[in-house]
Amino acid sequence: MKSLAELEAIKKKVLDNVNLRTEREEGVRVVVGMATCGIAAGARPVMTAFVEEASKRNLNNVVIEQTGCIGMCALEPIVEVYVPGKEKVTYVKMSPEKVAKIVSDHIVNGAPVSEYTIGAQK
Amino acid sequence: MQEISLNILDIVQNSIRADAKLIKITIEESPLKDVFSFSVEDDGCGMDEEMLKRVTDPFVTTRTTRKVGLGISLLRSSAQQAGGDIKIESKVGVGTLLRAFFSYSHIDRQPLGDIAAVMMSLISMNPDIDFYYVHRFEDKEFTLDTKELRTILGEEVSLSELSVAQWIGEYISSGLTEIYGGAE
Repeated sequence: MKSLAELEAIKKKVLDNVNLRTEREEGVRVVVGMATCGIAAGARPVMTAFVEEASKRNLNNVVIEQTGCIGMCALEPIVEVYVPGKEKVTYVKMSPEKVAKIVSDHIVNGAPVSEYTIGAQK
Repeated sequence: MQEISLNILDIVQNSIRADAKLIKITIEESPLKDVFSFSVEDDGCGMDEEMLKRVTDPFVTTRTTRKVGLGISLLRSSAQQAGGDIKIESKVGVGTLLRAFFSYSHIDRQPLGDIAAVMMSLISMNPDIDFYYVHRFEDKEFTLDTKELRTILGEEVSLSELSVAQWIGEYISSGLTEIYGGAE
């Protein structure tokens, strides 16, 4: 059984990381559609894949948020990525397999993965 | 929905939209009594009697992006297919309690699925809401109270930190392994 004491250690690590950054810069927001349509289409494993991938790379400026149905149920799971100072990028028909590329290309290197975006859905 | 845990994730969205500050999720599994049940209780805005009567109708929703609301009707049909049903109580300004029960051994009862991932998602994506999660299997019980986690984390560290989220998922998985009687 894991214990609550481990959480203390995680807290310490997070705080050390915060101190390393001169100021808490505005982070990247990953917004996952979590309405009935998104959940039924597989939003949960997409969300957990983002948590795993971003923690693996120690990206402590990433926040994952949720939103409701935005009216494009057929394209769910939908994920919006907001990088400060850049335009929002909407990824559609997401799967956990697509997450690693979005994290490495877009979130880390600043180049959106155009083939997964809503613009590529024609 | 292929898993009961996904129905739970979906039902809790209603509580979130109702501006709940505290959401209690209780899951009870008893193969001996042939019962599988869960409840979601919130302190959100609640519903009036008129809405309560119509809420299982798929053509009723409070959303404005489309005209159907499938969450509760999907859950009701899953429960009814597996020898159970759902019950909803609600009071405006007080909150809502939804209970779903299933026959544990019914061949059409969906598996619970990855409830640890569901709880982790809910907590980390809604860091300002408190969750109280109780999971019983026969006479064994696992609980997770985000108020307790907040006390440890203090004000500077949010429940939405990814390393915290990951730990929450692992903590729940290991707690459930324990109540299911498995070894780690």
